[in-house]
Amino acid sequence: MREVFLFGRTRFNRLKGRYLPNEGALEQSSAGVGSSSNSLERRDLGGGDPGFWRRKLASWHRIRCDKAVTVKVDAILKVENLRVEYKTREAGSGRKIALHGLNLSIFSGEVFGFLGPNGAGKTTTMNVLLGFVPPTSGDAFIFGTSVRNPIARQRIGYLPELTYYYKFLSAEETLRFYAKIFRIPRTEVESRIDAVLKLVELDHARKRPIKTYSKGMQQRVGLAQALINNPDLLILDEPTSGLDPIGRMKVREIIQRLKQEGKTVFFSSHELGEVETVCDRVAIMSSGELKAEGRVADLVNQHKCNLEQVFLNIVDYKAAA
Amino acid sequence: MSDIAVINPSSVSVPGRTAQAGGLDSIVSGWVNSRAIAGLVIKELFRRKDFYALFVLTALITLILGSVNFFNEANIVRYLKEICLFLIWVASLVIAITTAARQIPAERESRTIFPLLAKPVTRSHVILGKFLGCWLAVGISLLVFYLFFGIVSASREHGVPLGQYFQAVTLHWFMLGMVIAMTVLGSIVFAAPSSNNTIIFVISAGILLVGRHLNKLAVQLQEPSQSIVYSIYYCLPHLELFDVRDLVVHNLGAIPWLVWLGAASYALVYAVLFLVIACLLFRRKALN
Repeated sequence: MREVFLFGRTRFNRLKGRYLPNEGALEQSSAGVGSSSNSLERRDLGGGDPGFWRRKLASWHRIRCDKAVTVKVDAILKVENLRVEYKTREAGSGRKIALHGLNLSIFSGEVFGFLGPNGAGKTTTMNVLLGFVPPTSGDAFIFGTSVRNPIARQRIGYLPELTYYYKFLSAEETLRFYAKIFRIPRTEVESRIDAVLKLVELDHARKRPIKTYSKGMQQRVGLAQALINNPDLLILDEPTSGLDPIGRMKVREIIQRLKQEGKTVFFSSHELGEVETVCDRVAIMSSGELKAEGRVADLVNQHKCNLEQVFLNIVDYKAAA
Repeated sequence: MSDIAVINPSSVSVPGRTAQAGGLDSIVSGWVNSRAIAGLVIKELFRRKDFYALFVLTALITLILGSVNFFNEANIVRYLKEICLFLIWVASLVIAITTAARQIPAERESRTIFPLLAKPVTRSHVILGKFLGCWLAVGISLLVFYLFFGIVSASREHGVPLGQYFQAVTLHWFMLGMVIAMTVLGSIVFAAPSSNNTIIFVISAGILLVGRHLNKLAVQLQEPSQSIVYSIYYCLPHLELFDVRDLVVHNLGAIPWLVWLGAASYALVYAVLFLVIACLLFRRKALN
């Protein structure tokens, strides 16, 4: 894939409703990701011009720094005692508990894999994070704002499991529509659309209606719309589901590139090989409960087997005799 | 760590932590979102065939009727105008109801509502955007219909009473605003667009045909039927008040502008009422 730099130039200030120059204050090294406490230590040791960062930070945040900066940041996605119950129509059952008091923290810059068998509660968790389903109790926070508040979704990108877009629009029109919703200035819209379409390699088909696209192309439109607002957190629900091996490789490459650019990616997947390749940490869910959470390497070392075996052990899979 | 300054986490530019959106910002973003959704609705309507089919049908009938001449009767033009305006009313009701009825169910059925609501868009923005889109799209269609009718009519009568035409078009448009808001509310209550279409058509036609006579009927009834019919009479949005076709047909003088303004306010109140109920219902609606 061609090198296209998408991010790191602009940053949306949702209070003022406009984009501001990205000062790179958050483009720190990934050292300290997944530390044992709920805080993240990040260092900008001033590789290029330490004075530049200092001046910028001071002007932005009214903070004066002497030699280096360590930023302690809470989890950018935090789930606290999340419980979701559904009414069921089955006779005698009444309510179904989809999530039993889930606790989860995801830190800036990490790629977090959310695993579990079908019906484990992954999609329900994502639905709560995106405000589709109200939690029965507990809460979830994105950038410190409760997910019940729609403004929490200003800086996230979401790719649904299956692509659902307006069939009468072209990819370009779809992206322009979402850009309007994110209040991206008109002067920037076209350059952003160009950049995301090049990234997902749909530049050649940008004017064609989405109904004429193949499934892989539609999935890439989904990825493009998830990236249009230059999100800091990407929530991807099985992004490679139903794609051919080339399509999967492309999506994986995009996730890797986003990781390199310091984006936080939270994604669910059944492709454990893919998870092992791209994720910093994973959480394994089963029957609405969090069964395991940690760095991929730690889980593999702890169980002394590959991630697939770890997954099967944790979800109590019993092979047919 | 001793020589490293530790920054207060709350001061770092972590999005969502630094500031809460103010009231004005919420209103602005609500307006921006609704406008974007409205644009989508307009685009969809004019990319579908429905509007063109209805326009061509109405245009053909108008042209044929406009060119006929029975027994050199001078007043024939008035009858033809009445028929053409009736056709425009029917066509506009069809466009308004069918367009508004499919909006929310189509979003839910095709699941396009999920990527939309994953953005900083509330369900109320979706309702408002859909209403605005349908209302504006119907307004554009109405303008096209009346423009065509005006041209054909002017070719026979050699003049266009602009004031009357303006009042007729705008009042018609306000009336459709109430119908669209009612249909959007119906689309939250009834899952299938077809049932919503039928019910709103029956209600609208019922109000237009018998709405104005309900109070006369109530006088003849015994209690408690009388109170029930009176309640219905006073609760119903009286769509028939907006039917000023006679102004155009018989070239009557324009109605007082204060009355026109009162009618516009009446339509606005009912439309807002229906939309508020729709928003309250949609907030609690499970999307799956």
